[in-house]
Amino acid sequence: MDNLKYAADVISLWILPVMVVFILLFGAVKRVAIYEAFVEGARSGFSVGVKIIPYLVAILVAIGMFRASGAIDLIERAIGSVFEYLKIPVDMLPLMIVRPLSGSGALGIMSEIVHEHGGNSYAAKMAAVMLGSSETTFYVLSVYFGAVGITKFRHALHVGIISDIIGITAAICVSRFMF
Amino acid sequence: MIGYIWLFLIVVSIIVSIFTGNISKVTNAMLDNASFAVKLSISLIGVMAFWLGLVKIAEKSGLVRLISKIFLPVSRCLFPEIPKDNPAIGHIAMNFSANALGVTNAATPIGIKAMQELQKINDKKDTASNSMCMFLGMNTSGFQLIPASAIAVLVAAGNTNPTEIIFPTLVATCISFGSAIVVTKIFEKFGRKNG
Repeated sequence: MDNLKYAADVISLWILPVMVVFILLFGAVKRVAIYEAFVEGARSGFSVGVKIIPYLVAILVAIGMFRASGAIDLIERAIGSVFEYLKIPVDMLPLMIVRPLSGSGALGIMSEIVHEHGGNSYAAKMAAVMLGSSETTFYVLSVYFGAVGITKFRHALHVGIISDIIGITAAICVSRFMF
Repeated sequence: MIGYIWLFLIVVSIIVSIFTGNISKVTNAMLDNASFAVKLSISLIGVMAFWLGLVKIAEKSGLVRLISKIFLPVSRCLFPEIPKDNPAIGHIAMNFSANALGVTNAATPIGIKAMQELQKINDKKDTASNSMCMFLGMNTSGFQLIPASAIAVLVAAGNTNPTEIIFPTLVATCISFGSAIVVTKIFEKFGRKNG
């Protein structure tokens, strides 16, 4: 396990610089005018950033309002007993609801869980697995579709939500089995 | 569909806050998040520009095409609508690898590049194509080899063995990733072509 941790640390430390150097050297070997190509590509960064603004405003406003309204507490009170019955820590519920909506929000909730139950607790580990096996679906779809101006998402939205539900369920099952 | 969810979130927030008395919080969140969204978009520009610059080099040097070729057998079944020599496959593969390794700030610009390539071969410019749905289905299932941020939070809270979550996360993430692909294919077969 120590070796695995070491490998994970090394990879996360070196992956970025290695990617950058590899792309640059590959370009130089192939005799691409790398500086000119870089500037040409980087120029479009601004327009992409500006283009996603309206899409992000729309989705982040709605998500922010929903979280501030206390609706998540209501859901928690309504179906919390089901969680107790299934022996899933009730604190998982807000994490499950917020996860597809907001990445920083989910990380914040996970930090609260870890803080309250301790780093080695069952709840903390389950929360960590949950965080790693789902995505901030609404944010990702807004940014990626927004960047090319698509407003009709078709089944991308359904798939995103369904796979979050499956990912979260899988996280609960796997955690119960392994921890 | 996204319109309905959007409407639902906003209307429910306001109705709920009648009962919880949180209406001032909701109003503040509305205004705060509107300006936060702009700040977030602007703050993405630097990293976006940096990676789009590197991606342009990778394109011109033939690296993207090389990666496309390597992934051709896989992409044939996942993205049958992308022509054989299209650079989109290379971008998709690079986005996927960056996400899997937890390098989110590189993944997003490369993913947007992939979307731009897919948009070039899309017939209806306001509607997602099958390939886009598959790409984002894979993306939103959140496949990760190294759950870096979760590990960081655990370590900060004094977890003595944070790497024990790597294997369980891998199992869970593979399940959600695999099912995302299957579900996308099912929608592709039976779903609506519009909206």
